[in-house]
This record gives sequence, structure tokens and C-alpha cells, in this order.
Amino acid sequence: MTRKQRKMLIRIIVSAVLMVVLAFVPIDGIIKFALYLVPYLIIGYDILVKACKGIFNRQVFDENFLMAVATIGAIVIALIEKSSDYTEAVAVMLFYQIGELFQSYAVGKSRKNISELMDIRPDYANIEVDGEIKKVDPEEVHTGSVIVVRPGEKVPIDGVVVEGNSSLNTSALTGESLPREVKTGSDIISGCINMTGVLKIKTTKRFGESTVSKILDLVENASSRKSKSEDFISKFAKIYTPVVCFCALALAILPPIFRMLFLSASPMWYEWIYRALTFLVISCPCALVISIPLSFFAGIGGAGKAGILVKGSNYLEALSKTECVVFDKTGTLTQGVFEVNAVHHNKLEEQKLLEYAALAESASSHPISKSIQKAYGKRLDHSKVQNIREISGHGITAVVDGKQIACGNKKLMNSLGVEYIDCHKTGTIIHMAIDGEYAGHIVISDIIKPTSKQAIAQLKKCGVKKTVMLTGDAKPVAEHVAKTLGVDEFYAEQLPADKVDNVEKLLEKKSKGKKLAFAGDGINDAPVLSRADIGIAMGAMGSDAAIEAADVVLMDDDPLKIPKAIKISRKCLGIVYQNIVFAIGVKLICLVLGAFGIANMWLAIFADVGVMIIAVLNAIRALFVKNV
Amino acid sequence: MKKTYNIEVDCANCANKMEAAAQKTDGVKNASVNFMMLKMNVEFEDNAEPKKVMKDVLKACKKVESDCEIYF
Repeated sequence: MTRKQRKMLIRIIVSAVLMVVLAFVPIDGIIKFALYLVPYLIIGYDILVKACKGIFNRQVFDENFLMAVATIGAIVIALIEKSSDYTEAVAVMLFYQIGELFQSYAVGKSRKNISELMDIRPDYANIEVDGEIKKVDPEEVHTGSVIVVRPGEKVPIDGVVVEGNSSLNTSALTGESLPREVKTGSDIISGCINMTGVLKIKTTKRFGESTVSKILDLVENASSRKSKSEDFISKFAKIYTPVVCFCALALAILPPIFRMLFLSASPMWYEWIYRALTFLVISCPCALVISIPLSFFAGIGGAGKAGILVKGSNYLEALSKTECVVFDKTGTLTQGVFEVNAVHHNKLEEQKLLEYAALAESASSHPISKSIQKAYGKRLDHSKVQNIREISGHGITAVVDGKQIACGNKKLMNSLGVEYIDCHKTGTIIHMAIDGEYAGHIVISDIIKPTSKQAIAQLKKCGVKKTVMLTGDAKPVAEHVAKTLGVDEFYAEQLPADKVDNVEKLLEKKSKGKKLAFAGDGINDAPVLSRADIGIAMGAMGSDAAIEAADVVLMDDDPLKIPKAIKISRKCLGIVYQNIVFAIGVKLICLVLGAFGIANMWLAIFADVGVMIIAVLNAIRALFVKNV
Repeated sequence: MKKTYNIEVDCANCANKMEAAAQKTDGVKNASVNFMMLKMNVEFEDNAEPKKVMKDVLKACKKVESDCEIYF
């Protein structure tokens, strides 16, 4: 609790106690009025002052004005009617203040909660000066300096490990609890927590350009981009308060005049004025105005906790209306890492074939060569290999153990005059010939991420009508992946420009009010990311371009996060709509009841404060996203 | 030029009012108030002097919500 809140709490308690005591004191007349004025002023003086200031500054219609008029009106009626019932006015003010206090406490609390979730801001960096470690402001560290990160400390700046081994806790960034191992030479991203060993890191960026600053910037500015619901509410609040004030005025004046002129009945002025005052109390727009941005804020915070950074409330809102999700294949649905998928051999053993291939390819750094070496898995004895010749676009020939090895594509086999067997599997085929005789082939393909299939299925389940895959790869490969995953449509052999064209076509086809999301790994997808309604960049930790271009950034590259993001947005928007309908609904009902004289001021106070408290509690629910 | 300031304000509606007031101030191209983070982002006109403009912004904000503060 802040000092302001504590002061308010004391005021509330004092005036509540006074009110209860006064109820048992047998006094009457002007003394009673004077005594009741004490708790009233204790609890409400600031409202009265603000209302006056508002009038002077020509900002008449705000909630202070409403409360001031309603309570003063109630007191005046009690005075004139000699009913001496001042409790109502004091109670209205009291409950209004309790509501305000609760609201400010709840907002402060969730503000703190959310900033704790994103507690990745490093407070200092350690630099070594003459063998001594000195703590400095991360802002002051130049690019290329060496910083020391001890176990338990946050990595303050992006860089490369120059000394030490350790495991890193990246959960604050990715929501992933599995630690990540780093050793000398590994790239390291700021915001992770060093767990086990001391690391020396050579910084590659300034603090301002480091991942952690970018993310903090993004999160802190997220709720500045307002959603349509928020715009609607702030416009609504702007016209709503004056409208209700004029309605109240009409309610106070018109029915009595009508009764006098046409029914020749008594005008019942006090009764109608009392109803009008009830109107004013009900009408306060607080519940709406606070709970909608709070819901979005909590939703964005909750998503951030799950490793999904949403750049604005507007994008969170758009996500909930996703109808079509377009994926880039490589790096998004597949790992973008090639792997030996099958070895079809005839005479030789599988392992032997792989060994020959690995040795022949041992000098190449091509991803395909690397994947063969990886599949072989053992240390390569380079002394066995001689005469390596790389024939670009064809493959490699070499002498291994005195045998003439050729490994490459069909073209290579053709040029060597070796008869080969085509493979029925999709992927890149490496044919092998030993001493001019065909020895079999190795199938290499990009492997599908283990969660891709589940992600597509979940998207379907949460109401996404169409999933599309775009890829630069050949058609058979694309078809295979699309079929395995259950993607509705796919477009193969796409250049970056074709991807934009296709996304534009899909944008035209989607139904009105629905949104199209594009998910890519952020590398050379920037134009498509910005063209789609919602651009989702995956595994973007450290990739500045992707963080810039995308609207939603997934901190790791798990495609399951996409349906999760949609579910979080649905939950959040669900809460927003519940609050809008609930708050406006209850208020309208109470307004009608008030107009007919059924609702008194006590009910009015519930309509105001009670609704607000319920709406705020409901809004905070958006923060909890673990099981959506 | 864009700058971000810390603010203090108690209610969301008051924050909306501050935003509207800041937007109308001379020298301000665009302004947005983030009630949740208690921050005001101000984009200034090209030839404006931020310190001077912010004084006017604070004055305008105090008018609509006497209980607010902007730290600049």
C-alpha cells in the first residue's frame, strides 16, 4: 500500500466508525446535521474540492461532480424534509471511496505482478578492472568489453562467451523451464539467468540494443497501442457521463411538472430529485473505464509469461479473430536443420556406407555434409581420405581407404556412368558409388518439429478455419510435409515476392472482420510479416529484424505457442466482453429501477462500486494463462 | 522527437483525459498515456522545445485532473 492509500484507509475507517456511533446517539435537528457533517467531510472533502476545481476548469462532468451533487443533494433533501436521514449521503461517499481505494490497490497490485513477471531488467554489469570486479551501470558498457557474470546473476548484455561453461535459465524470456547449456564461443542473450558457472562474456551490442532492452521496451509500450474495445470504452465514457447527467436533470424536473400540469397531482419534487440523484450515483463509468484496459494489460502480461510477446492490445484483440494461419515451412513447421532420414544400401552395411559418405564429405561445410557427419556420429579419421574433389552442383569424389568414392546427386551418377536407383522417399537424395559401382543412397530431409502436427490440430480445434503453408522448397517435399501435418493448402517453390502475393490473395478471400496471421522464423520474411494482419515471428530471441517487423513475437520456436497465443487472446477478449456486458447491463437495469423509484441509493452504490470490484477481479483473471 | 515520461494518476478515466489534454497542447504532435505502466509517450513537433512544451502539457493536464503529476 502506498502512503496515499494508507491515508485513505484511515479516513474510511474513521468516518465509518463515526457513522456507526452517530446512529446510536439520540440527537435531532440541526445538531444531528452538524455532527453527520463531520464524517461526511472527512471522507469526501477531496471529492468536493475536485468537483469545484472541475467546474472552474470547465471539466464539469466527471465522477467527482456526480458524487458531489448526489451526496449534497441527498443531504439537502434530508434537511428540507426534516427526515434527518443523513446516513445515505455519508454512506454513498464512503462506499465510493472504498471502491476507489480497492481499484487503486488492485491496479497497483497487478501492475507489480506483471512487472515481476517480466523481471528481466539487469541492474548492473560486472567488468574486470585490474583483476578486480567492478559493478557498473549496463548502459556504460561499451561494445566489445568483457563482462563477468557470476552464478545467480542476470546476463545484462548480448555477447559471446569467451571463458567458462554454464547452464542458463531462460524461463523469464521463453517460458521454457529447461536450462540451456553454453560454453566458450556460444552466443548469449541478455535476460537469461546464469545458473552454474562463472562466465566471461565479450559484449557484441550496447545495452540499449540488447535483447533485454528491446523486450522491455516492447512490453512497456504494448498497452499504449489501444484496442478497438478500449477506444470504444473511452469514447463511450466521454458521452455517457454528460448524457446521464442530463437524463437525471430531466428526471428531476419533467415528471413533477407533468404531474402538476396534467394530473393535477402533487408534484412530489423531493421524490423525483431523490430518484435523479440515485441516477447520478449509478452512472459513474469507473467499472468500464478501469476493467477493460486492465484486462488487456493482464492478458499481455500473462502471454509474456508464457514466452509470447504481444506488441499491443490491438494485436491481442486481432489474434482472437484469427481465421486463417499461414506458415512458412522451413524453421517454422520444420526445424530448418537437415537430418539423415534413411539409408538405402545394397551390398555394404549401413554404417559403412555412412562412414564413406562422411569421410568424403568431411571437408565440406554444407548443411548436408554436416548432417551426414552427424548421422555417422563417430570421430572421423581424416588420414583415410585423399584427393577430395568438390564438383559444384553435382557432389564430391574422393579416395577413401584406397577406394574411389563418389557421392552426390543424379547428375554426378550420370556423368560417371553409374546406374542408380531412384528413391521413393521425399527429400534430398545422395547417391553413392564405390569404385564405379552403385552402393545405395542416403535420404536427407528437413525434419518436422515434434509439436507441429499438434499445433495444426489445436488451431483447427480452436476455430481457425484454414491453415496454409508457403515454402521455397520443391513440390514433393512440400506435399509430404503438408500431408503429414494436415495443413489445408500449400504453395511450393515460392520466392519471397510470391509469398507476399499469396498472402495478399488470402487476405482478399477471408471473411469480413476476421484476421489472417502469418507465422515465420523472421529470416527474410519481414515483408510478409508486415503485410499480414498479424505477423508472428518465431524463435526471435536475438533477431532484431523479426522483433521490429512482427506484431507478436514468440520467444522460442515451438509452433504450439501459436494456438496458445490465440487461446490467451480469446480468454482475454472473453473477459473484456463479459465486463462490458455485465457493467453496462447492471447499470442499465439499475437506472431503470432508479427511474421508477424501486432502487434506492444503497442499490445505486452496489451498481457502482460492486460492479467495479467484480469487473476488476474478473479482469485480473486474464493474467492466468497456464491452462488455457 | 519522441520521449517517454513517468506520470502519476489515480484512475483510468483521468488518464484518458490527460491524454486528450496533452494531444491538444501546442508543440505536441501526438501523445498517448499508458495508464497501466504509468507512462506518457509524447511525440513533439519538429521545432518544439520538449521542456517548454511539457510545462504546458502538465498545466493542461492539471486542469482536467488536478491530482496528476508528470515527471520531466
